Amino acid sequence: MKDIGLYIHVPFCVSKCPYCDFYSMRGDECDFDDYTMCVLESMQDWEQKLGRKANTLYFGGGTPSVLGADNLALITERAKKLFTVDDEITVECNPSTIENGFFQTLHDAGVNRISLGVQSAVDDERKRLGRKADRKTILKCIDDARKSGINNITLDVMLGVPNQTFDSLKSTIDYCIDTGVPHISAYMLKLEEGTYFYKNSEKLNLPDEDTVADMYSLLGDILEKNGYRNYEISNFAKPGFEGKHNLKYWNCEEYLGIGPSAHSFIDGKRFFYPRDILSFKNGDEPIFDCDGGDEEEYIMLRLRLIDGVNFDEFEKRFNKPFDKGYLEKAQPFIKDGYAVLDENSMHLTRKGFLVSNTIISEIIL
Amino acid sequence: MAVKKENIRNFSIIAHIDHGKSTLADRLLELTQSVAIRDMTEQLLDDMDLERERGITIKAHAVKLNYKALDGNDYELNLIDTPGHVDFNYEVSRSLAACEGALLVVDASQGIEAQTLANTYLALDHDLEIVPVINKIDLPSADAERVAKEVEDVIGLDCENAPRVSAKTGINVEQVLEKIVSDIPAPLDSDDTKPLRALVFDSVYDNYKGVIVYVRVVDGKIKSGDTMRMMATGAEFTVVDVGYMRATSMESAKELTAGEVGYITASIKTVGDARVGDTVTTAEYPASEPLPGYRKVNPMVFCGVYPADGADYENLREALEKLQLNDAALSYEPETSGALGFGFRCGFLGLLHLEIIQERLEREYDLDLVTTIPSVIYKIHLTDGTVLEIDNPTKYPDPAFIDFSEEPIADAHIFAPNEYVGAIMDLCQERRGVFKDMTYVTPERVDIAYDLPLNEIIYDFFDVLKSRTKGYASFDYEIKGYTRSNLVKLDVLLNGDTIDALSFIIHSEKAYGRARKIAEKLKDNIPRQMFEIPVQIAIGGKVIARETIRAMRKDVLAKCYGGDITRKKKLLEKQKEGKKRMRHFGTVEVPQEAFMSVLKLDE
Repeated sequence: MKDIGLYIHVPFCVSKCPYCDFYSMRGDECDFDDYTMCVLESMQDWEQKLGRKANTLYFGGGTPSVLGADNLALITERAKKLFTVDDEITVECNPSTIENGFFQTLHDAGVNRISLGVQSAVDDERKRLGRKADRKTILKCIDDARKSGINNITLDVMLGVPNQTFDSLKSTIDYCIDTGVPHISAYMLKLEEGTYFYKNSEKLNLPDEDTVADMYSLLGDILEKNGYRNYEISNFAKPGFEGKHNLKYWNCEEYLGIGPSAHSFIDGKRFFYPRDILSFKNGDEPIFDCDGGDEEEYIMLRLRLIDGVNFDEFEKRFNKPFDKGYLEKAQPFIKDGYAVLDENSMHLTRKGFLVSNTIISEIIL
Repeated sequence: MAVKKENIRNFSIIAHIDHGKSTLADRLLELTQSVAIRDMTEQLLDDMDLERERGITIKAHAVKLNYKALDGNDYELNLIDTPGHVDFNYEVSRSLAACEGALLVVDASQGIEAQTLANTYLALDHDLEIVPVINKIDLPSADAERVAKEVEDVIGLDCENAPRVSAKTGINVEQVLEKIVSDIPAPLDSDDTKPLRALVFDSVYDNYKGVIVYVRVVDGKIKSGDTMRMMATGAEFTVVDVGYMRATSMESAKELTAGEVGYITASIKTVGDARVGDTVTTAEYPASEPLPGYRKVNPMVFCGVYPADGADYENLREALEKLQLNDAALSYEPETSGALGFGFRCGFLGLLHLEIIQERLEREYDLDLVTTIPSVIYKIHLTDGTVLEIDNPTKYPDPAFIDFSEEPIADAHIFAPNEYVGAIMDLCQERRGVFKDMTYVTPERVDIAYDLPLNEIIYDFFDVLKSRTKGYASFDYEIKGYTRSNLVKLDVLLNGDTIDALSFIIHSEKAYGRARKIAEKLKDNIPRQMFEIPVQIAIGGKVIARETIRAMRKDVLAKCYGGDITRKKKLLEKQKEGKKRMRHFGTVEVPQEAFMSVLKLDE
């Protein structure tokens, strides 16, 4: 059996960013320790129940770094013991919450990848996004991580944020490239219901859709020129530095998510913990969502990758060849340069990535 | 047991919309114990849901009330309800023709409105005794004395003894009953011995009995077993049953005699066989002359009605068939549109009638519909002398063969507080109106008369009027004839293909402005697609307005939401579901809202 990915959701943040709708709350020291205990317990239960091994571990949030280095180290060590995690171990960090020695502790526990939320290197933009760290702090963070031995670092940036221009975007990209990190994620801002941005979108001076599309293209061009491959819609990496845990999602592979709002895909079933920390601490079972992993879902996910759907892999997984019907539906998109069909695979182009919802739904639904 | 003619009173209630006609009718039913209190729901006479929601009476109904007056005598009061909207003017006039008197209900805070006057004139045309009733005196803004004076000044009715009532709370409503008895004449002219002449003032289709014909017997008698004859059509039926309408049931009777109001059933299959306004006589003892005033009502407004899902075509046909059983003014015939597939060209009395039918089709028959831009009947005179009557833009001839065209004109009256005169005149001017007259109904209220082309009224005139006058203006119109007009046909092209369902006929002066607006509306309401779509509006082959719907650039989910794959899947499914509901023109997908947006340009 293939190793699964292990995801730990840390539902705490120092403050809520105005665009974010992920499940998180403020919390204090006691909560952090208490929550850590719950996660340890839950991991123990799941290991007994599933008896599976994991090769990746990913701390997402919220802001995992808020939990503190010791708690993160504790969970990491336990995960390694229970699930024999031996490959990629990532912790998402907010640069404004990093204390001295933080990375060293993580490194010593086995963490080997750090994800830092930069969002924008332009002060005004970053402030509007509710991000407190300044350019210098972020650089120091990267430096500290490297000094502690963690060189696999990914930076998050955002496209289409208030007041953003092509020039300001370029300066953000340059800033990221200059750090020399091997991986960059670029997310187009989406106004999520219930967020401050959603309610106040009129006042935000957001770039329009076409501008954001152009920004995405510009970003892709610059990053590719600098050796980063656009291997997934929102992800860019130097060869060999693709995010292994996240690839499991796009490859339609299995993962176990622990913590409120965390999603899982195990044994063909998709299930999740509700957005309710009390329910999680109470030990409530996760909620069954639906059966997963069918052809359509697989294609939907794989088309997010620049490698697209590989016909051999498809046949191996589903014991039948890739249906001609899909190709027929894809034909107009191929003709117009949104997708490419070669001998053994079909994949979207960058232009296709931008309208991937339409293309994917046309092909699979 | 039939009462003496001296003790019969046949009356209608006339009022402007929302002045409380239906509520007053309910109170009268209650007071005469025609209906048990526990059976009272609000506004009993309006029995279609739609009527209750819109606060208008769509079809006439009638009910017999028994009342013991203060003079100690028992009276039979026949209340004939009338539709309250301009589209149903003819039906109103037939209901009034069945009466000797009418209650004129006027809102004590709003005073006289357009339909108050229009209905009063109709009632006067039929020599009815008019009994004014000032209603809604319970409202804080009520000023019964001012309104009473208004009625005296404007209509010339003595209001000194007019009941001041609140139909809502019931105050003084008993005075209304006494007024009916004392002021409205009994049908003494009606003669039982003459040949039967009964006026059809309404007819409704009943699944079990067939058509129920509501009549006022003017002369003669009718009983079951008689052979009834419709004088306009000559159709004959054997009478199955006659009787009276009660508030919640029908009451069979031995016979209906002159002066009475009641129903006849005779296994008649469609209301088209017993049209409103026709005269019923008997084959055994026929009358020589029908009652005056019958005319076949003709639809004035036409539009294409298509099922959103082509598979519903048969259901739509059946639904229209059923509605027509009960609505002789509704016409329909099959038509085909390149854009919308199979549907029907439907004819309506007016825009309200259209909206009501559309809503009933959607609500009662659960149909999803696409309707095209409404059209009036244009007369197109060709160079060879023939005259085409066109209610469908797709039948518009090649302009090269047109000598000249004519369009229908309405005699329109707008009542409003005088501060809105400017706004109203601006609107009428925009709609190509020709100013006729302006009279002060009271020092603060005016009656503005315009000749307005019907095709300018049927889009959204009333909605715009209401919004520009904060709802204070009231409006009434009547078709007065045809006038020569410079018309053109506008075509809409998407991606180079003409969308026939969006074509319409318009005055040439307005063509450019309208074309620009339509192009903009379509651009705003057709979602961007994977390729660029030119939107062109053309007269003949000449494009007069153009917009471009640029190709969609961005439609992507950046994040995977921590492995929440289901969320993404659902989003795509929802998107796909939305597309299914769109119309496909070649490769272009057009949502229903785009059609609707072209209908309502001024919003």
